[in-house]
Amino acid sequence: MSATEAVVLDNRSKRQVARDTRRNEAIAHKKLRSKGATIAAVIIAVFWTIPTFGLFVTSFRPGADTQSTGWWTVFTDPSFTLQNYAEALTSGGTSTTLAAAFVNSLAITIPATVFPIVIASMAAYAFAWIDFKGRNMLFIFVFALQIVPLQMALVPLLSLFSDGLTIGDVQVFPGFGLNDVNYSYARVWIAHAIFALPLATFMLHNFIAEIPGDIVEAARVDGAGHGQVFFRIILPLAMPAIASFAIFQFLWVWNDLLVATIFAAPGALPITQALNSLSGTWGNRWFLQSAGTFISIIVPLIVFFSLQRFFVRGLLAGATKG
Amino acid sequence: MSQATVDREATTDSPVTTHGTDPKGRAITRAVVIVGFVLVAALLFMLIFSAPVEDPARVTIGVSLNSYFLWLGNLHPLLQIPAVLLAFGVVVAILLVLIEFAPRPGRGYFVMRLVACLAIPVLAFMLLRPYANAVLYVVAIALLVGALLFFADYRSRQGAGYLFQLVLFMAPAAVMLLTGLIYPAIATFVKSFFDKTGTDFVGLENYVWVFTNPVGSASVINTLIWAILAPVVSVVIGLAYAVFIDRAHGEKVLKVLVFMPVAISFVGAGIIWKFMYDYRQGDQLGLLNAVVTLFGGDPVNWLAVKPIVNTLMLLVVFIWTQTGFAMVILSAAIKAVPTEQIEAAELDGANAWERFRNVTVPGIRSSLIVVLTTITIASLKVYDIVAVMTGGRDDTTVLGFEMVNQQQRFQSYGHSSALAVVLFLFVLPLIVYNARSLRKQREIR
Repeated sequence: MSATEAVVLDNRSKRQVARDTRRNEAIAHKKLRSKGATIAAVIIAVFWTIPTFGLFVTSFRPGADTQSTGWWTVFTDPSFTLQNYAEALTSGGTSTTLAAAFVNSLAITIPATVFPIVIASMAAYAFAWIDFKGRNMLFIFVFALQIVPLQMALVPLLSLFSDGLTIGDVQVFPGFGLNDVNYSYARVWIAHAIFALPLATFMLHNFIAEIPGDIVEAARVDGAGHGQVFFRIILPLAMPAIASFAIFQFLWVWNDLLVATIFAAPGALPITQALNSLSGTWGNRWFLQSAGTFISIIVPLIVFFSLQRFFVRGLLAGATKG
Repeated sequence: MSQATVDREATTDSPVTTHGTDPKGRAITRAVVIVGFVLVAALLFMLIFSAPVEDPARVTIGVSLNSYFLWLGNLHPLLQIPAVLLAFGVVVAILLVLIEFAPRPGRGYFVMRLVACLAIPVLAFMLLRPYANAVLYVVAIALLVGALLFFADYRSRQGAGYLFQLVLFMAPAAVMLLTGLIYPAIATFVKSFFDKTGTDFVGLENYVWVFTNPVGSASVINTLIWAILAPVVSVVIGLAYAVFIDRAHGEKVLKVLVFMPVAISFVGAGIIWKFMYDYRQGDQLGLLNAVVTLFGGDPVNWLAVKPIVNTLMLLVVFIWTQTGFAMVILSAAIKAVPTEQIEAAELDGANAWERFRNVTVPGIRSSLIVVLTTITIASLKVYDIVAVMTGGRDDTTVLGFEMVNQQQRFQSYGHSSALAVVLFLFVLPLIVYNARSLRKQREIR
């Protein structure tokens, strides 16, 4: 009886406290706000948005108009069409159309996001929860690897994929021989997974190491081995970190040009690579270039806008190294 | 399988082994492991010096990575996604099951561990389709490594199965990093001392080329310009913007507008800005030249103006993509600075600028350093923007672009490797600094 009353009182007061706090915060924030700051911020924001906006407008204007007048004339003389998108999707680059390249990008990006996360989370778990000699040194070494420039690893890795391994005069392993398989993404997947590992291990370890030891201990006492602890306790608890790194890696792979340039088979080019080569063929036909660009950035933008909160959290987790 | 009863507790396959814990046992374990490694080295040595065979055949066990990828490559792209994820999932599941069960005490688990130790390396090597003349050595090395792991694990101080788990957790990442980053980095370093095709040793000739040839030196100088200007400008604008929106109406919307370019690919950003810089005779389509002509100037071909102007134009694109990143992190850091400190400074009569200089900036120092190093590293590695916008023409080339260019257009592996090593040397101080601060942090823990 008295307990329930106390709870009710407590609840009410809690709500009141919350309301008052909110009100006070709003007042304080209003006081802080200033016209000057708003104007300055808006000016920077406008500068930052104009380039994208200009190309966006261009992608909806009839081709003939874009060739003769600037995009800003749209405000005085509006006319819109979807023709550019249809044309851009079906125009072929070196060996693939933009639509096919879009599908390629999906086929490259999804596995290349899953592989490094699973492998890195296993390594991160071992670094965090299995004690061994030289653990710290090894972890720092893995962290330092993330700064080996990609460019340094590309050529030898490519020769490993295509010619295999030859020690002295003896050929030990042949390569994958995938040069002429037109729709093989294997090399791109492997390359992306490898290059993502150091950063993924570092970020996931930061999170996994923070999980309270009692939980892990309790599970161990109940007879769970490392496999179960990892799969049934650590992975679910580490989901926020995994989600944010997944977004990170998804954007990184989708937007990558360099790795794809080196490793992708002619038929397996992702959209960035197709757009880059088309951009040359289209020359000054901006109505096509603009439509192609927006086809290529639509997926990252959707991911970005819908999952922004996780993305920012991941950025901050990786960055707030005190 | 076997019941672990009380009296079995002290037998050989209990989790806490008694052998290997006393000094004599440790010595034996160590000796065996060392001898094993010597044997592995000897086998490798024999492999290198065994006679090459004319047209060797390949050995497979019916399945290989190559045949799987070939089969996969013939599927529809969208079907490949579930197919490869399923195969990957099965492999990971097997690993986790082994990690869970194999370390347990009991004869059945003991056998499971032994089989896993011997079978996994052999299988892994056989999936690569070794050549017939190398297959004996390869299998022998695999078996030996597996046996060594099993022995060391069986006699490990923390009990049998400890090392086994550790290795299984680490092995996938370790193998990938070794073959994909560490070996290639070393190979690139070695290649940089050889000529175009990688056959004749030329000493430092490639490095001389990097610093004396106009193309090479342009890429070095431009990379330095990028690495100095990009982080500073992005952080200054990002920080200013973070301070402004903290006190502005509609903070969320303003944040998103500047943050958005972070999600746009460099290829997309390159095209967006190429359109801004567009140059032609007659009416201008590019906004920048339209503004110039509006004020009565002549239109400028921005991406072809030497020296340095076109590089700065490319830098603008990079800064445009990085500022949002800097802003988001610094904005979070600013919000974390205790208000008491700022209020105290205000009571002491510090004006807004002084408060910012002496309270906010020291409070966000660590975040500033992180943002600066991250953007510096990104600017050193830049490739896409140069590739899309100028293709390195008109002295806009940078190290990251030029090395790919040398390799793809001129097949000049020596030059390309030397450029990569120079790039690595630029990044090195940043690595050392970061790793040292990380080590300090981990010691505090």
